[in-house]
Amino acid sequence: MTAVEDPAAPVDAPAKEVGQARRRKEDARLITGRTTWTDNMVLPGMLHLAVLRSPVAHGRITHLDVSAAKERGGVVAVYTGRDLAEEQGSLPCAWPVTPDMVNPGHPSIAVDQVNHVGEAVAIVVARSRTAAADALEAIDVDYEPLPVVLDMEQAVQDGSPLVHDSTSSNTSYHFVFDAGEAGTGADTDGAFADAEVTVSRRFVQQRLIPAFMEPRSVVVQPSGDSYTMWSATQIPHILRVMAAMVTGIPEHKLRVIAPDVGGGFGGKLQVNPEEILCLLIARRLGKPVKWTETRSESLMTAHHGRDQVQFIDIAADRDGTVRGLRVRLLADMGAYLRLITPGVPALGAFMFPGIYKFPAYRFECDGVFTNKVPTDAYRGAGRPEATFAIERIMDELAVELDMDPLELRRKNWIGAEEFPFTTVAGLEYDSGDYHQATEQALQLIGYDELRAEQRRRRESGDPVQLGIGFSTFTEMCGLAPSRVLGSLAFGAGGWEQASIRMLPTGKVEVVTGSTPHGQGHETAWSQIVADQLGVPFEDVEVLHGDTAISSRGLDTYGSRSLVVGGTAVVKAAEKVVQKARVIAAHLLEASEDDLEFTGGKFTVRGTPGAGVGIQEVALAIFAAHDYPEGIEPSIDAEATFDPENFSFPHGTHICAMEVDTETGFVKIRKYACVDDVGTIVNPLIVEGQVHGGLAQGIAQALYEEAIYDADGNLTTGSFVDYLVPAASDLPHFDTGNTVHAATSNPLGAKGVGEAGCIASTPAVVNAALDAVRHLGVSDIRMPLTPERVWRAVHQGGDGGDRAAAGSNAQGASAAEAAAASTDPSSNGSHL
Amino acid sequence: MIPAPFAYARPTTVEEALQAIADGGEDVKVLAGGQSLIPVMRLRLAAPETVVDLTRVEGLRGVREEGDQLVVGAMTTHADVLTDPLLARYGQLVVQATETVADRQVRRRGTFGGALAHADPAGDLPAVALALDAEFVIAGSGGRRTVAAADFFVDYLTTVLEEGELLVEIRLPKLGEDWGVRYEKFNRVAQAWSIVAVAAAVRREGGRIAEARIGLTNMGPTPLRASATEAALVGVDVSMETVTAAAAQAAEGTSPSNDLNAQADYRQHLAQVLTRRAVAAAAGL
Repeated sequence: MTAVEDPAAPVDAPAKEVGQARRRKEDARLITGRTTWTDNMVLPGMLHLAVLRSPVAHGRITHLDVSAAKERGGVVAVYTGRDLAEEQGSLPCAWPVTPDMVNPGHPSIAVDQVNHVGEAVAIVVARSRTAAADALEAIDVDYEPLPVVLDMEQAVQDGSPLVHDSTSSNTSYHFVFDAGEAGTGADTDGAFADAEVTVSRRFVQQRLIPAFMEPRSVVVQPSGDSYTMWSATQIPHILRVMAAMVTGIPEHKLRVIAPDVGGGFGGKLQVNPEEILCLLIARRLGKPVKWTETRSESLMTAHHGRDQVQFIDIAADRDGTVRGLRVRLLADMGAYLRLITPGVPALGAFMFPGIYKFPAYRFECDGVFTNKVPTDAYRGAGRPEATFAIERIMDELAVELDMDPLELRRKNWIGAEEFPFTTVAGLEYDSGDYHQATEQALQLIGYDELRAEQRRRRESGDPVQLGIGFSTFTEMCGLAPSRVLGSLAFGAGGWEQASIRMLPTGKVEVVTGSTPHGQGHETAWSQIVADQLGVPFEDVEVLHGDTAISSRGLDTYGSRSLVVGGTAVVKAAEKVVQKARVIAAHLLEASEDDLEFTGGKFTVRGTPGAGVGIQEVALAIFAAHDYPEGIEPSIDAEATFDPENFSFPHGTHICAMEVDTETGFVKIRKYACVDDVGTIVNPLIVEGQVHGGLAQGIAQALYEEAIYDADGNLTTGSFVDYLVPAASDLPHFDTGNTVHAATSNPLGAKGVGEAGCIASTPAVVNAALDAVRHLGVSDIRMPLTPERVWRAVHQGGDGGDRAAAGSNAQGASAAEAAAASTDPSSNGSHL
Repeated sequence: MIPAPFAYARPTTVEEALQAIADGGEDVKVLAGGQSLIPVMRLRLAAPETVVDLTRVEGLRGVREEGDQLVVGAMTTHADVLTDPLLARYGQLVVQATETVADRQVRRRGTFGGALAHADPAGDLPAVALALDAEFVIAGSGGRRTVAAADFFVDYLTTVLEEGELLVEIRLPKLGEDWGVRYEKFNRVAQAWSIVAVAAAVRREGGRIAEARIGLTNMGPTPLRASATEAALVGVDVSMETVTAAAAQAAEGTSPSNDLNAQADYRQHLAQVLTRRAVAAAAGL
């Protein structure tokens, strides 16, 4: 990390664990794989599931014969949707964003009809994973094809074929936020009617695949009438509640464990069909079962992200003062509503105004059904889409006004002296300094020099042009105040829980309800507790992810862990100290009021030498031979924290991009960002999160796109065609921080998990456009493939659709697929 | 991602390998490095009855000199190619192209002969072999035969190799110091296949180009030569103008595919740009 000293940061804070770049204590086991990954679980008598998946996007199941598969060696049972129809219920959607939202229900396994390629049609249970996979071939299925609905803009037209017969249109909901009606702003239509300048654009947020490293995996072990489920999930606590409600297994008879989990990015913030199916089948058979997906299954059937068409209008005065913002979205739900499918674009509603002082704002969103896998949370979930739209349209407005894009931003952003600031969307931004972050980022990237080089290249007509793009972003993190979530019709609260157990030897167990899947909670929580209790970092163990150990929690997403879960840890630690203080006073024969607690030790003010460590108190109260009357013999404590506000990280990201106008190839020349994520607990973790976030945000801009062909098959069904960049494809990142503590939690932390991913995408696209705008290019669709850039430069337009046929980079697959597959309407695809 | 069941043979000599192929039944696949075969088997896009694994066959790995030729064993891995002193001296075009193949792990297992026999037009080595007029030595039950590169590649993923035959070695001309070479690869991420690539070898005599050999990757169902450009380059002065003019003909006679990464017209455009760049670099411009 490039260190940027913040003159506002407190310099006299005690040099403790918080703020140290501790190496993560969990990494050795995670990196070597010698840990409790779900697929590493082996239980006696365990059976294995393989899922037959629909090769058609929309069709009625007219014939399904599993009898031959049942005869295969090692096969124990084969189930169809018909077999499980009475008990499978519907997968839950916890976010009905409008009262009249249409939710057609979501079976875990198709019964009569399939609505997207990859939907489960039959399940083989066998004694080995290979036997289960082999037996899929013996299942005979016929489908009667139905018209396939893929394009949102066509799907919402009258007369479009319907994804679900039971609905009257493909629109699930129409969500509106109008600042005029909400009382947080002026009338938007009026603002536009009076405006001197308006700019309108249509942006496309392509469909993305979360592509977590560890594929999903589930193990269920029945024991009497109780069940233990291990799952590679981000949300064991939410999963337990939901799975109990779906299956009818009483909640107290269901224990869910998320052991070590290899990434999620929102993709494991889900109640998956296979989790329910494993429970149902384990219940039927009374035996432990395991299902682990293949990478192909993961790309095809785990939920996707983004996929919006954005119609953005901005109104301004000629001098650049913004007057109004109007947003209309089409958001692709896919075939079903999963856990928070409808809420993702609605959450974004509050972020479109960004850091700018819009007096008027209106947001409308239609959630649209298509015959594709459902969308749901993906790193940023609603906020990257909003940030992209506002940061792109600000550049377009700057061009319209012939203003410098940074000058336009400066003119409209919230001043440092204006915090806390209530935006036109009704959010109260806590703290920050957009000017300071921007100035530091400009220095980091060497802005003036790059602009000079850009001029030189333009003047000389260099085939390689240079562009510079900005993203001055903010986001809402620390999900979330429970009352606010309630007002948004979200199905749960946003609190978090922690407990601290002081062991007799003075070691400390911290139980967190915020379940990590790679973020480094064990290290960060240890640092926090080490400071709070004055115990060594190494003496702290962090427990998580098992509902029998961590009984209450709301898990990890939305950059909430440190802000909400970390605060719960602080609150629990404060209670431990309070309880210990009473006992220490008793042991020291002093008044509680005379005790000081520093460095893990209670001392008596004015009595040098008299003191007792908190770890000694732990032993004393374990023995409990001598403690005050009227209290319990324990200094353990728990706390639940419900934030009063979100936190609002912000930052300035600057990308310098080379565009080869001869080939369309784009290459990031330099990337600098200065993020304000509030107080930093561990700079190494923060930098890692920023790097990873940048990689994913840049990947949306340049590489990743889930493409379906005209029949609804996922063309980008492997990593050959769904391009996830590696380190070799990414530039060096110059990163820095400013620190303005969050005001809504005692740590002052704002959250960093999504910042890089949210901020970077528009900076990259703005940079590419800045390089070629003088050649007449005003938009290029993401990802900026070389072909799209080349077409935009040489043929006009935004680069258009990519050919949806398979890549011949698949090598043998195309030719051999033709030879190997039979009629797709009468066979399941096997993976 | 579990392959369908298959029989497996691991011979130790070419003769045993040929026998194993003959005995393998209807659908036999030869496993060299496995970097293309195993993925399609795991995806169940291929389900051979028998896999004959060549990794223990003696004598198929390594590079040797024979007169004015380099003889590369079919089982020489990409990693071997990158560290071989003879190829470093006489086979820089092969080395440059091999450096761009996939990633380090794949290069450790993938083989020169396997990549050529697979004949993926998006693979990097077929165009190089074609540009160099390599000779392919093929062993069969009736003995050995040698096939010119121009005749080896027949169609998409199809070569002149008959059932029961094995590619055992590839003979390459030694390019001396009067040759300049360049493999110009265009792809989106480092480990990806070529969208288009151009393999160029140019022999200069004084200020003129005496001979040019240009192979095109992924411009049709087989690797292709940019024959019109090669002809236009012979005898011209070495300059950007002459190279640019000749490169403008690079896409003549090509029939590239339309796919996710590129449509045909864009590939043809790329072929011209990349040919200009490759030839210019090979000619020392």
